[in-house]
Amino acid sequence: MTRTILKATGLRKDFVTQKPLFGAPTVVKAVNGVDLDIQAGETFAIVGESGCGKSTLARLLVRLIEPTEGEVWFNDRDIAHLPADDMRALRKDLQFIFQDPFSSLNPRMTVGALIEEPLRAHGQGDSAARQARVAELLGRVGLTPAHADRFPHEFSGGQRQRIGIARALATGPKLIIGDEPVSALDVSIQAQVVNILEDLKAEFGLTLIVIAHDLAVIRHMSDRVAVMYLGELVEVGRCEDLFSAPRHPYTEALLAAIPIASVGARKARTQLDGDLPNPISPPPGCRFHTRCPYASARCKTEHPPLRAAGPQGAGHQVACHHADDLSLQGLQDASAARSAAASARFDLYRAARGAAPGPATSETT
Amino acid sequence: MSTIADPQTQITDPAPARRGSRFWTKFRANRAALLGGVLVTFFVAVALLAPVLPLVDPTATDWLAVRKPPSPAHPFGTDEIGRDVLSRMGWGAQASLLAGVVSVAIAVLLGVPLGMLAGYLRGWTDAIISRMTEALLAAPFLILAIALAAFLGPSLSNAMIAIGLSAMPIFIRLARAQTLSVMTEDYVESARAIGLRDGALIWRYILPNIIPPILVQSTLTIATAIIAEASLSFLGLGQQPPAPSWGSMLNIAKNFLEQAPWMALYPGIAIFLVVLGFNLLGDGLRDALDPRDH
Repeated sequence: MTRTILKATGLRKDFVTQKPLFGAPTVVKAVNGVDLDIQAGETFAIVGESGCGKSTLARLLVRLIEPTEGEVWFNDRDIAHLPADDMRALRKDLQFIFQDPFSSLNPRMTVGALIEEPLRAHGQGDSAARQARVAELLGRVGLTPAHADRFPHEFSGGQRQRIGIARALATGPKLIIGDEPVSALDVSIQAQVVNILEDLKAEFGLTLIVIAHDLAVIRHMSDRVAVMYLGELVEVGRCEDLFSAPRHPYTEALLAAIPIASVGARKARTQLDGDLPNPISPPPGCRFHTRCPYASARCKTEHPPLRAAGPQGAGHQVACHHADDLSLQGLQDASAARSAAASARFDLYRAARGAAPGPATSETT
Repeated sequence: MSTIADPQTQITDPAPARRGSRFWTKFRANRAALLGGVLVTFFVAVALLAPVLPLVDPTATDWLAVRKPPSPAHPFGTDEIGRDVLSRMGWGAQASLLAGVVSVAIAVLLGVPLGMLAGYLRGWTDAIISRMTEALLAAPFLILAIALAAFLGPSLSNAMIAIGLSAMPIFIRLARAQTLSVMTEDYVESARAIGLRDGALIWRYILPNIIPPILVQSTLTIATAIIAEASLSFLGLGQQPPAPSWGSMLNIAKNFLEQAPWMALYPGIAIFLVVLGFNLLGDGLRDALDPRDH
């Protein structure tokens, strides 16, 4: 039976961009009333285009930034209102992987010190025990104990991201949030880091929340997916349901934007015109109506709430007035979901992983 | 260092040097830094050894040898009341180096923590520290030092305190600005994410990353401090006559530039060389402390 490990209710974050001496400040509603329910042991993905508030949401979930409103419950504790010291102690269970492996490691600390840091911060083990743990963690992510004396700049992007993963794993967390953990990496390295995450997740019984915009990666690794648009969730559902039968026009458009490599497979695409509206003054009604091909008069005035949709028990939720009337195009053919190059990439890596003695020891394909 | 793709090949790499030896290897390879080290060491040695070096009494006057050009008896010449310039330079090294190094140390040790505090905590702490810094900066450096020295009373140690406090605002501003910029780096957020305490975060993530510009500013300020001590001495607020310092020698010598240029030349060269030495040393330290290879 699954249980909820992380729950967000009515989460909101406003950023004040301009504060004039007189008059109302300009406010960006980066995250606007998000409810989430993450089950222990699952991989939950949050997708959306740049600027939709994904990274802000990720930081709110671990309280790297303070929410304007709303609550975040981690194992039945409201972390959004926890005293600073309790929050600090809790962080050993709740870790974060950053997007940019080049800026997220302190350039003046050795790799060993970087990975040891969480252990020191939480007073785990003596010096010798911590060194042993560092060596073990380096091995787990496919580096060697000898790397502990080097500095981050001596490593490649993929290696650095694995150092970041080792650092996040050090205290034995229950939940890891990855803010675009592979988007800064070369395509050839992405699969490798994704697979390390999957291996470690299985091995340590982790719960993963992955923020991403690469749908191929999402589809490959996640159990459930939430689609975000302009600070709000527009659709949440099981990965296969969402990819095969999207219920929100925005999800359909996102899926249609996945490039298809095979000749003749190009279908009539749902095209989105224009850019993301300015989040300082989001459109009234449904926030997506300005770009939605199915928008009606109602969409322009009435804001659709996130509600259950589809067959009972699937836990599919969508925020669209017309979810039940529309028959939207998903990705019918499973092999077309992933571009030929992407599937070749994952297949190759699988083969390498099968042949290698331990997880994630091979880097070249 | 090239990026290595295959972990198998990495195991065969020679073990990297430990931190300490890595620092010395880089420092020794930098000739300019070595020259700086030699210059600084030389002047420090002169200052320390002045009492045992075969120098004549730096305060002994000789009315028969007033403003004499360099000669075997007085290799650097004599000053306006017949004192040996060489001997005064040796003894003056003490006062000048102390004035340069101690006052900058005071400025750094007070200014950098205050600046980091302002940049790290922001809000009211920042507002108070910044406004006070601006108030100090509103008064010209030298005027401030003179006022403080006059308030504290005339002596070399009070002059060093006065110069240190006057130089402090620059370091507060620099440390604050650097802290603000480092705080936006992902690695500071990552330190928060693992649950690091503020003290450890400041000590291990912020301080090491703001040191390079502070090191450079310190070496430049040493020069300013040596000159400032000269001005204070000139006003009777620094090194008390007849005890020598390079700054006070230079100050008096400027009245005799045409008749006795050697009086100004040698202290001037000494100040130049000390400042050059500290600058080169500071640059070398900065590079050697940076783990990245250039």
